Amino acid sequence: MAKHDVRITVNGEPREAAVESRLLLVHWLRDVLRLTGTHIGCDTTHCGACTVLLDGEPVKSCTVLAVQADGREVQTVEGLEQDGTLHPLQEGFQQEHGLQCGFCTPGMLMTGRALLERTTDPSEADIRQAISGNLCRCTGYVNIVKSIEYAAAKVRQESA
Amino acid sequence: MIPSAFDYHAPGTLDEAVALLERLGDEAKVLSGGQSLLPLLKLRLGDAGHLVDIGRIPGLAGIAEADGYLRIGGAAREADLERSDLIREKYPILLDTAAVIADPLVRNRATVGGNLAHGDPANDHPATMLALEAQVVARGPGGERTIPITSFFTGLFATALAPAEILTEIRIPVPPPRSGGAYVKLERKVGDYATAAAAVQVTLGGQGEIARIGIGLTNAGPTPIKATAAEEHLRGRQPAADAIAEAARLAAEATSPSADRRGSVEYKRDMARVLTGRAISRAVERAGGQ
Repeated sequence: MAKHDVRITVNGEPREAAVESRLLLVHWLRDVLRLTGTHIGCDTTHCGACTVLLDGEPVKSCTVLAVQADGREVQTVEGLEQDGTLHPLQEGFQQEHGLQCGFCTPGMLMTGRALLERTTDPSEADIRQAISGNLCRCTGYVNIVKSIEYAAAKVRQESA
Repeated sequence: MIPSAFDYHAPGTLDEAVALLERLGDEAKVLSGGQSLLPLLKLRLGDAGHLVDIGRIPGLAGIAEADGYLRIGGAAREADLERSDLIREKYPILLDTAAVIADPLVRNRATVGGNLAHGDPANDHPATMLALEAQVVARGPGGERTIPITSFFTGLFATALAPAEILTEIRIPVPPPRSGGAYVKLERKVGDYATAAAAVQVTLGGQGEIARIGIGLTNAGPTPIKATAAEEHLRGRQPAADAIAEAARLAAEATSPSADRRGSVEYKRDMARVLTGRAISRAVERAGGQ
């Protein structure tokens, strides 16, 4: 099977690679680029632990081929922190105790990021709808919702 | 999980895609959003020697009205439907449907065309398209043809599409004034297939009677079901409670669900009855009736 040359921008940095057709995006990120912040949970398109942004939209990277991302932009949890400063979402999850075991957190953060790109004033219903494809088995979601609300408030404050 | 090895092709035009499918034969599958196909390949419930990705062909993802039809491009995503003002304003039944398919992350990839072409009776768009009396446009080696949705689903995971044909467009007749539709689904949790679900599209006549009606049912048999006896019962009648109840009963009678973790045969049939009744009432309400 021939390999495919791909050019994918990851967290703002252009990357080139020759990938096998069947290589999943999540495996390319984790095993090739060693960006292991993106987790593999269920591996069956249910849990959302592997959520990354593809051209700004949250998708389950266990259900996207790396070759399908050719020419596109991928953002992972590693791209949230900038120069040692936590992203408002990361700060929110810390302040509001938005995680316990932390396994779902990278996915929650990336889905949260896409939501805040669309609106900086989401209602609780908007947040719950947005994260309905990201499963958490620890928190009961209450503190995750609060964490995203915290981040939204901070983003609003910063842009005011 | 890693799928068996295959080769990936990304044709730039429909003609190239059709030529590839024709050349590669049985070993090739069309890849669109991949949200059903990739899990299937990963679980090794199916395999393919070649995937032909139609996701890079320009012009296949439009959503617009033209020449009396709402035209949904074969590669339009569920998220595109959800964000379309036209769909929000004029086609609430499609919004109802898209909003309960899988979850928002999956809907950023999954396509409406794929939801139909997969031929899964548990998918949600088939019932809606049956209610809307849609047509499926397919492009193959012999050119383009139009397939009425009523003859599109030929069996469990089987459709009328020939191996080298690609679903390029879904055409829905623009509903006349005083029309409305609704899709009502019972699911155990976000992302689950329907325990039961009903799609209803109605047009009211001058006296408030039901002039046209389409009823489709999800996950109620080996193929998506068009509840024709229920439709016939209501055609020409006022949408009164007893008439709706009888139509709902007739719809449930047309189902042949199988028992699984979502419930027994009796439970699913009864849910089909209840949801059909609710979908009819909501459709009538949206059409401006009582």
